[in-house]
Amino acid sequence: MSTITEPIIIEAENDRVEVFLSGDIDHKNAASLRNDIDYAIDRHKPKTLTLNFAKVEFMDSSGIGLIMGRYKKLSALGGRLIVSGTSGTIKRVMKIAGIEKLAEIK
Amino acid sequence: MIKNEMKLIFPSNPENERLARISVSAFISELNPSIAEIAEIKTAVSEAVTNCIVHAYREKPGFITLTVKAANGKIHIRITDRGCGIDDVKRAMEPLWTSRPEEERAGLGFAVMESFTDRMTVKSAPGKGTTVTLIKNICC
Repeated sequence: MSTITEPIIIEAENDRVEVFLSGDIDHKNAASLRNDIDYAIDRHKPKTLTLNFAKVEFMDSSGIGLIMGRYKKLSALGGRLIVSGTSGTIKRVMKIAGIEKLAEIK
Repeated sequence: MIKNEMKLIFPSNPENERLARISVSAFISELNPSIAEIAEIKTAVSEAVTNCIVHAYREKPGFITLTVKAANGKIHIRITDRGCGIDDVKRAMEPLWTSRPEEERAGLGFAVMESFTDRMTVKSAPGKGTTVTLIKNICC
């Protein structure tokens, strides 16, 4: 359980933004994550946005909607999406969604 | 395997997505599933409950009934709502199809449920609601 840790940490450097997600990503909390990430995209207009899932404990397809939406927003700005730190069931959910066609998987 | 069953009835609040998957996870832990099996079941349950909240009740108040039974090496999970129902179940089960594209829904709920369980059935009637049944074999 990770209710005490911050659900999201955003680091921006030059034209790169990395988002460290943690805890559970489901329909309930996807909207606030979306708002936080979009704020960072609008503010920094990054050439690369990395979504780091290493500390995410649970994710259902609400997380896929989150990735797809950020891909669309970033693509419109000419940016590139990177997804990192996936494993286990979360990796399989991403495989079902074909995320590798939208983002570089690290 | 121990025979056991559980029934939960809860409001269609987004907060209860977590309640549902954690409850099922606790219930099946007595059956010694693998960590991967627990994660798969939690994900499938979360998808089914989210469908009730987002699609069946359109984020309006309603109740969701979750029953879980364990017997003979299988877990049977049934999620029922009394929401709007699905007029075309076949289309709803197509990957990437969603009735709520404006909400950034991926349209993958049924695809994930199907992938993470051994059997899935969907019974629905417009205006009457939907019942999703998920069956998962647990390796002992």
